[in-house]
Amino acid sequence: MKEFHGRAVIPGELKGSALVSHTGFNVLASFWKSLTEGQNPSICVDQNNKEFFGKKLTGEILCIPQVVGSTTAGMIIQSVAALGTQPKAMLFSHTAESLAISGVLLADIWENKKIITVDGLGDEFLNYVKGGEQLEITADGTVRIYE
Amino acid sequence: MIKTNMKLTPEEIDILNGSQGETMRKTMETLVRYGDAYHAECLVPLDGAIHVVCSFGMPTLRPFFKIMEQYVAEGIKTKLPFTADPRPMDYENVEATEKEKQVFNMIYADQEKYEETLRKVGLKDKNAFSCACYFDEVGNIPKRGDILAWAESSAVVYANSVIGARTNRTSGVMELFSGIVGKTPKFGFLTDEGRKADWIVEVKTAKKPRPQVLGSAIGMKVLEQVPYIRGLDRWIGTELTSDAKDFLKDMGAATASNGAVGLYHVEHLTPEAKDFGESLIRPNAKTYIIDDAELERVVASYPIMWKNVDDSPEIAFVGCPHCSFVQLCEWTQTLEQALKEAGKEKVIIPTIFTTAPDVIAEFKKSEFYPRLMATGAHLTYICPLMYMSNPLCSAKRVITNSNKLRTYSVARYVDDAELIHAVVKGGLH
Repeated sequence: MKEFHGRAVIPGELKGSALVSHTGFNVLASFWKSLTEGQNPSICVDQNNKEFFGKKLTGEILCIPQVVGSTTAGMIIQSVAALGTQPKAMLFSHTAESLAISGVLLADIWENKKIITVDGLGDEFLNYVKGGEQLEITADGTVRIYE
Repeated sequence: MIKTNMKLTPEEIDILNGSQGETMRKTMETLVRYGDAYHAECLVPLDGAIHVVCSFGMPTLRPFFKIMEQYVAEGIKTKLPFTADPRPMDYENVEATEKEKQVFNMIYADQEKYEETLRKVGLKDKNAFSCACYFDEVGNIPKRGDILAWAESSAVVYANSVIGARTNRTSGVMELFSGIVGKTPKFGFLTDEGRKADWIVEVKTAKKPRPQVLGSAIGMKVLEQVPYIRGLDRWIGTELTSDAKDFLKDMGAATASNGAVGLYHVEHLTPEAKDFGESLIRPNAKTYIIDDAELERVVASYPIMWKNVDDSPEIAFVGCPHCSFVQLCEWTQTLEQALKEAGKEKVIIPTIFTTAPDVIAEFKKSEFYPRLMATGAHLTYICPLMYMSNPLCSAKRVITNSNKLRTYSVARYVDDAELIHAVVKGGLH
């Protein structure tokens, strides 16, 4: 077991397996089919993200460096939360940037959907987690990885 | 009331306690928790109007539209009239087949209703749709030092860098909330410390760099950090002339889309660099040297998303971000000259220039408008990115001189000379 500590932006407790991308998570490009066709569950359609492309995002624990792309990302996260196709958690190695923070806040405050969010877990976190491992997230921003 | 580390005024606390109703309470809670996430010390009043990034009525964004409808129902408006990003469709000036129209009308099914809601919440006027809201003709022009809450990335980097105003790269929705409350959390680019440079970029090219490629190189290298750019004044001067501002507009949009730059300083040119010089550079700043070979390397790294790279282009877009009035005049002359030299009268593929509705209105009064139309080019107010969101349109072979459009779509980047060759003679070099 390996333990990492970050900041709990949206605190919560959760166990599940990791879905990992080492490149920035483009929210608009990833959820495009959910947005335009109501696809449920959401399958990532961002062709530039080889690790996420074609994989289910709904209900997953996303381990990512940061969010990139269009400044509409916040409202996109809110929309997928309203559709019920949001991930369960987002774990950031970097400080989550305003696109992600605003999205998870909008989901929490306006849609009553908590996407557990922990940021600042460090580069070592993303170097360590390969995908598929069992994760345990606690409300203080601790992430434990079980192999 | 929620717990916060921010120092709030009695009025702000009252709103958080619901004194102005549930919609305003949630609006304030969102802003305060957003500020807390960045250790903002307080909310500060906005000095200028907001610029809203969402200008498209996409039905799946209804959760956001619902918030706006709540504002309308409760008579809540922004403190100042605001501007918004470009509209998605203009069938009069950008041809679309019946099938393409069907898809556009499905993707943007709520467009009319959404524009009506924008007007009710405080949109400046029916023409206030442009990513370049800071153009004289559009009129959302901040002053140096003004506190803003803008979300359109190309406008943010222009306002911070060229004008010297202060705005974070605010996410969509947050800018509207700031406009409604009239305040925004104080952190990042709103502080002196947040405006210091993390990088020194040395421009050492033997010829004037193309703004879209220079910006791309800088954006890819510095990502979201602040560059202090040396050596560019050699090519674009030390005064913010219209040519220099257009160069910086296009360069900035590329830094913001190929990276996530929200502020740059150009030595001897941009306002803060002129006043504070090297004191803007952090002690541990890294250095990035850009020469002609580096720019060639960057261009060669762009993936070409067409099935067959040797095919001829079918459509050309110029104006992402929107063209200025001066750029439209220059393109008119360039196209005329190229057609004359080729012994032709009109362009051979749809060549679409995009700009603000207010710029179009002014341009139509000038001698250049009939001349541009005589070349066969089109002039529209749409956002080319939204055009490319239609899968039937993005399946075509689109070329552009915009690095932003290249980054967010399958359009192929070409320089100005290649674009002219393609639209006048056909094919690419």
